[in-house]
Amino acid sequence: MPLDPTPVDATLFASLDPPRLAGSRCSGCGTVTFPATSSCPKCMEPTMAPYALPDRGTVWTWTVQGFAPKPPYVPPAGGFRPFPVGYVDLGEVLVEAHLLADAAQLRIGLPVRLVLEPTWETDGAPVVTYAFAAAEEDA
Amino acid sequence: MRSDDVYVVGAGMHPFGRHEGVSGLDMAEHAVRAALADAGVSWADVDFAVGGSNVSGKPDSLVSRLGLTGVPFTTVKNGCATGGVALATAVSALQSRRADLVAVVGFDKHERGAFAADPAAYGLGEWYAQTGLMITTQYFAMKTRRYQHEHGVSDLTLARISARAFRNGAEHPMAWRRTTLTEEEVLASAPVNEPLTQYMFCQPSQGAVGLVLARGDRAADLSDRPVRLAAVTQRTRRFGSFEVFSPWLSPQPWHSPSIDAAAAAFEEAGISPAEVQVAQLQDTDSGSEMIHLAETGLCKHGEQEHLLAAGATDFDGTLPVNTDGGCLANGEPVGASGLRQVHEVVRQLQGRAAGVQVPGNPRVGFTHVYGAPGLSACAVLTVDEGAA
Repeated sequence: MPLDPTPVDATLFASLDPPRLAGSRCSGCGTVTFPATSSCPKCMEPTMAPYALPDRGTVWTWTVQGFAPKPPYVPPAGGFRPFPVGYVDLGEVLVEAHLLADAAQLRIGLPVRLVLEPTWETDGAPVVTYAFAAAEEDA
Repeated sequence: MRSDDVYVVGAGMHPFGRHEGVSGLDMAEHAVRAALADAGVSWADVDFAVGGSNVSGKPDSLVSRLGLTGVPFTTVKNGCATGGVALATAVSALQSRRADLVAVVGFDKHERGAFAADPAAYGLGEWYAQTGLMITTQYFAMKTRRYQHEHGVSDLTLARISARAFRNGAEHPMAWRRTTLTEEEVLASAPVNEPLTQYMFCQPSQGAVGLVLARGDRAADLSDRPVRLAAVTQRTRRFGSFEVFSPWLSPQPWHSPSIDAAAAAFEEAGISPAEVQVAQLQDTDSGSEMIHLAETGLCKHGEQEHLLAAGATDFDGTLPVNTDGGCLANGEPVGASGLRQVHEVVRQLQGRAAGVQVPGNPRVGFTHVYGAPGLSACAVLTVDEGAA
């Protein structure tokens, strides 16, 4: 993979190496959101502070995107192929994400860890998003 | 019949499907005229109008076709719940006595393929759609899978929901999908978003529905068998619900605006879910109908497995659901879909269903829509004791 990947949206990441997602956490009620917000959707107060989300969790639900979405979806460089997506249970919050795993391997409860996933290229530079990859072997 | 109660006194629709050379406004005009004729009134008698369309024109421009009477015309746009919100708006105008005779219309004309959504319109970053996460069918599939996991409902039950929808659609002259499919054919169709297959999803389509509403002091003059809107409610999502277009969810996200809107409707009507004799539930996919059966209180979580196997949701079962084929057989013209449900229940309660007729003179009906980004509208409909 080329160096210096560009994140699909810089506000999603607390860091790229190692990858961590930039959420927010309410100092009042402990609610965690992703992406980060300024106002807590539960207690309705401006009590959210930046919070790097846990980078390991388990698959809470999943499906496989079986057809090519319409724009503004951008297919990867090699063209659209069906891809798994799901919600990952990080304990304090469930985060929607691409899942890097074989369909045969996917199940509710599968341990996963946060990784960067190459998507498309902009002006020759790789653009990366976040994904969760199967982490069964070191669970 | 109390003078403050609100009744449906006329119902009309343009068939659902795909109609080359017919615009959304054409279909809307057709539906309004059919509803006015059903009530035996003219456009000039209407003193308030509400219309909804998501993508197919400005509803209030219908006045140039129906008549420039100066009538106040409110337009609404609430995604898949547009029809329900239009109905609620009309009821408010009648209950507050700002109007005496109200026309409601919903219509849309969608192109082929799954809906595309604009992330900015939902307050989401462009990345969310660019990376292929902003897709309604994904959401339905993921909620369905988790629901199956927690409540033990099988893929066969999902297929039974589709098969029943297509059976009912085959009998309904206004429906789009008129061909029956077996459970095996539904399960074997293309895996769009597993566990949901091609024939477990409805498709964007085209159509229009019109209704005419009046209060009890006039309803009996306008209809032989007026249908009372015993309650019309709408709710947006609360914290802790599992909604479409959500990059994150709180743990245990099992709240739902459908739960709240349905509970409020039954409470306001003074009717329990067990009394419902015909129901129309949002079935953009068979998983959604499965979940909505329980969220609206019509059954317990997990009970769907037994109910579908026993044929309870068939038109002649103990809990008839989506007797016109629902969204699965009619497709979803977003602005019209919720009013189609009302149109069907009205005709069922009047004993003049266009397709299958629930036997035994049903007197209590229920409708439910759900839309992005997490709102629901429900209605309880009844016919008065003694009405013939």
